[in-house]
Amino acid sequence: MEKRVTFRGLTLPLLLVLPQILISGVFFFYPAGQAIWQSLFIPDPFGLSSQYVGLGNFEFLLSDEYYRASFITTAVFSILVTLVCMLPALLLALLADRLIKGAGTYRTLLIWPYAVAPAVAGVLWLFMFNTRVGVISWYLGQLGYDWNHVLNDKEAMGLVVVASAWGRISYNFLFFFAALQAVPKSVVEAAAIDGARFWQRTFSIVLPLISPTMFFLLVVNVVYSFFETFGVIHTITSGGPQQATTILVYKVFADGFIGQDLGSSAAQSVILLFVVGALTVIQFKFVEKRVHY
Amino acid sequence: MKKRLLSGILAGSLLASSGGALAQTEVQFWHAFTGRLGELVAEQIETFNSSQSEYKVVGSHKGNYSETLNAGIAAFRAKEQPHILMVFEVGTATMMGAKGAVKPVYNVMSDAGADFNPDDYIGSVKGYYTTTDGKMLSLPFNSSTPVLWVNEDALKAAGIDPEIDLSTWSQVGSVLDTLKKSGHECPLTTAWQSWIHLENLSAYHNVPFATQDNGFAGLDTELAMNGPLQVKHLQAMGDWAKDGKFVYKGRRNEGGADFRAGACALFTESSAGYAGIKKEAQFEFSVRPLPYWDGVEGAPQNTIIGGASLWIMEGHESEEYKGAAAFLNFLSSTDIQSKWHQDTGYLPITAAAGDKTKADGFYIDNPGTDIAVIQMTAKAPTANSKGLRLGSFDQIRGILDEELESIWSGDKTAQEAMDSAVERGNKLLRRFEQANN
Repeated sequence: MEKRVTFRGLTLPLLLVLPQILISGVFFFYPAGQAIWQSLFIPDPFGLSSQYVGLGNFEFLLSDEYYRASFITTAVFSILVTLVCMLPALLLALLADRLIKGAGTYRTLLIWPYAVAPAVAGVLWLFMFNTRVGVISWYLGQLGYDWNHVLNDKEAMGLVVVASAWGRISYNFLFFFAALQAVPKSVVEAAAIDGARFWQRTFSIVLPLISPTMFFLLVVNVVYSFFETFGVIHTITSGGPQQATTILVYKVFADGFIGQDLGSSAAQSVILLFVVGALTVIQFKFVEKRVHY
Repeated sequence: MKKRLLSGILAGSLLASSGGALAQTEVQFWHAFTGRLGELVAEQIETFNSSQSEYKVVGSHKGNYSETLNAGIAAFRAKEQPHILMVFEVGTATMMGAKGAVKPVYNVMSDAGADFNPDDYIGSVKGYYTTTDGKMLSLPFNSSTPVLWVNEDALKAAGIDPEIDLSTWSQVGSVLDTLKKSGHECPLTTAWQSWIHLENLSAYHNVPFATQDNGFAGLDTELAMNGPLQVKHLQAMGDWAKDGKFVYKGRRNEGGADFRAGACALFTESSAGYAGIKKEAQFEFSVRPLPYWDGVEGAPQNTIIGGASLWIMEGHESEEYKGAAAFLNFLSSTDIQSKWHQDTGYLPITAAAGDKTKADGFYIDNPGTDIAVIQMTAKAPTANSKGLRLGSFDQIRGILDEELESIWSGDKTAQEAMDSAVERGNKLLRRFEQANN
């Protein structure tokens, strides 16, 4: 039954995959190899001398209870960011999908936040929640709630999660919206004729049909929350109060580029590499089984 | 039209001067200043360049302190390092450890045959950047020290005499009580908590912050800020925080905006906060010396500095080092230094510049601007008050920020927090020792 087109010879197929291999090699395998190599040394910042320590950097890190605690912080942060950027996006996409008039405008407006760089988004949110001049913290104060993310760890976590997820909602919205548009109208209409209400149709027909997109977004968002959020953390909390928002990737950045401890920073990025790799494997092994293509 | 003509002339003269400058030796200077400070640095460079024809200093802004240090390090690795690099005081041990990357200022000066007398410099300013036997490693550039800023209107509103003596923390404590009782929402806040309430607190009371003369005497230094004096101070601050008398605003100088807006009554911040406070404050303010705890032997000693110094990087021609030496000497000259001190509120680096500022009548016209100078120079610095030289100090400050936050939020007692800070910081010191041996 299956039709298969095969290339004759090896030259053409190799040529076709060459760009991808080159890009992966230069931008992924080479730096990753460097990080693994560097993680075995304690260098001085100027590169004048370097000591081989074997797995010493990893021992140093893993024996540090504050570093281990940062795994929990990262897990909480990632789960929250992923939820906060996916659920509202899905809801908005479901609503936009039903729009007949003005759908274009609505869509464009929803995409805007994605154009804001994470660090800038961080500053914007920080400004709104500033304990003295922030608009939102002022309203909260009027309601009798004393907002202080500078000392309250839960508020700080909430703030960095919202600031990280906010721009991402747009990105997810785009994918959800495109997926919803691709759901065959006939199937949905048939269900409607059978008497299924909107939410019934959504849960038993639409969502299973867009599950590949949901799975893709899940993977992408987890990776995003692990790697690309340090700008937001840096501008809003610098990892504080205490270590409430010190996620793994922020520590890589802070130890390497502020603390000049390149050995530890490299070891941390290797650990992060394995964590994200393992997570992705788990997602593909277990979650993907529930996805229908 | 006039503008265009003027710029035409300017461009013409620039071309002419660059034409004649072919034989000039270029000296690259990387710094971390923008805004008003950036303009003032550019002005210094311009004055130097037009004062002689042999050397041309080229200034480049490389981002904030951390970014400038990173840029210098990256450039050194790529063999593109500047001649002069501005490094903040926290990076001092990193630069000192980089033998082969930096050329000590005293060497640069003697190699260049420049006229250089280390005794001209103020002890407590240069002390941070000299070896234990007094040799200058880098030239102090911008230095400030913490003082107490007072919103006098806020004191009056609470029925307190605005001239009230605030020399000691006990006196501050009773003023905080009165402010709080009168319903004030932010009696005291601070900037740079570790720098002011630990590093300077220790020096000011002549107790060690770390062993081995605060790290000056060797890399095998261990933190010592869990001593009784520090714990007493932090516990008092923690209790004030619990009662809403001390309000924590953030790790950097976030509290400055609150003070300048009139929201906070007392504020511990760098003396260099002067320019901003003078510009924005819509209330009567005054500067007081940093308070101390009475009954502590030797207190008040002197406070220590924060800010940056200029390091000379290795790997250049001797002619270029002569240019760098000439520029450093120019920066230290009395007129340039006293102008810098008056324009910025940073401390003068030479005694002569301080004397000239006094003779100019600046301290009379701007009351309180000499407090920082007096506080720094009243006593000769001891091994505990010369400064700090700790590896990985930026990260250690990060740990201290975290532990201090745990005191302010009431999660830990001062003793618990400082014990934990010492334990965590010592690990980093051992690591730094290992990397630099």
